[in-house]
Amino acid sequence: MSANAPLLAVEDLRVTFDTRRGPVEAVRGISFQVGRERVGIVGESGSGKSMTGRAVLGLVRAPGRAQARSIRFGDAELTQLSEREMRAYRGARIAMVMQDPKYSLNPVMTVGRQIAESLRVHGRRSAREIRARSISMLEEVAIRDPERVLASHPHELSGGMGQRVMIAMMLVPEPELLIADEPTSALDVTVQLDVLRILDGLVRDRGMGLLFISHDLRLVSTFCDRVLVMYRGRIVEEIAAKDLGQARHPYTRGLLACLPRIGGGDAPLATLSREPAWEAPLP
Amino acid sequence: MTVPGPSPAEIAPPGAPGGGLAFPRILRRSATTFGTLLVTLFGLLLATFLIARVVPIDPVLAIVGDRATQAQYEAARVALGLGRPLWEQFIAYAGDVLTGDFGRSTLTSRPVLQDVAGAFPATLELATLATLLGVLVGIPAGVVGATHQGRWPDQLIRVVGLLGYSVPVFWLGLVALLVFYGQLGWTAGPGRLDTAFELSYEFDVTPYTGSILLDSALSGAWDVFGNALSHLVLPACVLGYFSLAYIARMTRSFMLEQLGQEYVTAARVKGVSEARVVWVHALGNAAVPLITVVALSYATLLEGSVLTETIFAWPGIGLYVTNALFAGDFNAVLGGTFVVGVAFILLNFLSDLLYRIVDPRAR
Repeated sequence: MSANAPLLAVEDLRVTFDTRRGPVEAVRGISFQVGRERVGIVGESGSGKSMTGRAVLGLVRAPGRAQARSIRFGDAELTQLSEREMRAYRGARIAMVMQDPKYSLNPVMTVGRQIAESLRVHGRRSAREIRARSISMLEEVAIRDPERVLASHPHELSGGMGQRVMIAMMLVPEPELLIADEPTSALDVTVQLDVLRILDGLVRDRGMGLLFISHDLRLVSTFCDRVLVMYRGRIVEEIAAKDLGQARHPYTRGLLACLPRIGGGDAPLATLSREPAWEAPLP
Repeated sequence: MTVPGPSPAEIAPPGAPGGGLAFPRILRRSATTFGTLLVTLFGLLLATFLIARVVPIDPVLAIVGDRATQAQYEAARVALGLGRPLWEQFIAYAGDVLTGDFGRSTLTSRPVLQDVAGAFPATLELATLATLLGVLVGIPAGVVGATHQGRWPDQLIRVVGLLGYSVPVFWLGLVALLVFYGQLGWTAGPGRLDTAFELSYEFDVTPYTGSILLDSALSGAWDVFGNALSHLVLPACVLGYFSLAYIARMTRSFMLEQLGQEYVTAARVKGVSEARVVWVHALGNAAVPLITVVALSYATLLEGSVLTETIFAWPGIGLYVTNALFAGDFNAVLGGTFVVGVAFILLNFLSDLLYRIVDPRAR
């Protein structure tokens, strides 16, 4: 595989929920590629961005269903894999950092056991090696006292530490692609930047691909190379992050107009006036 | 890029209760719990004593019979100490209890403690086996119900559980006896032992605990053990069915709650097998509230199930206290109730301890 070939190529992905009143499509036929770069997916709540991340991992749960013409990861076609084969990809090659460490870490397991589990499920390793790798991974996410953190339980950690533990747990098997689903939304503003810097540094150093899911347009534009804007289950615009100011789609422009600015006066912020035509992607 | 790490103080609470330090803390808390335990026991004693005194059953009349003269009645009343003020009576009673003297049963004319020491192990044996059955079958059934929500295994478990809830125990007990003892002859009938084994129980078995199963196993009298087990199986299954239905239902609902949590998704993201996700991650968390459920169901069985004990002629504490109550035998009622109460409190204490071991947040 050449350096420029995409890690992940998704074609015509749909996620449908069967409800009592008939099927509801959360993701309505989207296609995109992620290379060894940082791609952001932005959109408001319910736009289908989180479901997109979970569908790539094959983790959309009933009553939801994910279908795609193709999800290629490296040389493999993920849609053709059995659940068992898919498990070998999860964690080891594609991982995901979730929103709130308060809920995404198992409260009755020590941090050490949870990090060790990430390694153990993908092959036999000695206890000594697992411990060494866990400690060095915790050091990489700037945890100063890794031995003590390994022995502690999630409720003993602050939010920022919890999220760094989460990152460590997901990155310790050295996946090639990381999906980060609102990884800083649940954190205090003051630690958001710390966590982002750590994530950024690791992704850069390891040459991983990153799919960064967020509702925060400004954050995504400073942090990612490319931005996919989702609206009601569709990608309505794809744009280089540095060109976001020249966005053409009215939804993207509307979102940008809603952002408050320092020194922008105290006039009320603009709100979106939605139009049905927005659902169509740009020509 | 260097990012300032967090100070070690960021780990709350200070003093980092890691795995190694957790145990002494459990012990320390247990000591406090032990103090409250004593206070509870005193309250229990006072409450049972007062209730026994206000119940409109005349213990004097129960002894002397309705043909006694007024003088005989008065004499018996004084002999029982019922003429003294209530508080004096209680102090005397509490003092006796402290020395292990619960008085003499008017019904059996033996010391109450001796009676209870015979009846309680019978109930304990039955309740323990029933609870074991409830846990070993009920928890897996609840887990399977939750993982197959809405599909046929879930429906099947639900229907079987519903039956367990709604069928009256006396009916179930009678049918079980009729089928498995009367028709098929697979099990022994009512009682704790066949008459043929009662002699060898007297001679071959040292009564260490009062539980025939344990004592006969400890004494190596395996024929007695086999017969006792054969007697125990039916009542334990009937009682266990109820506890199973309850435990399965609660397990299912706890598991459904846990399986929807984000840490379960996180485990799946890591590539953890579905079996491990369900049985280690989700059940490990569902176990926390399950402790309370199991303890509660065990405690209910320890009170002695009068109906089951009656049908299976099981000489347990429920039957003993009920008979004593009907006979106006208050020493026996008080003693029996107090022992059950103590078992209840001890169980509570134990589940509290277990709770702290399973849930690190409760330490």
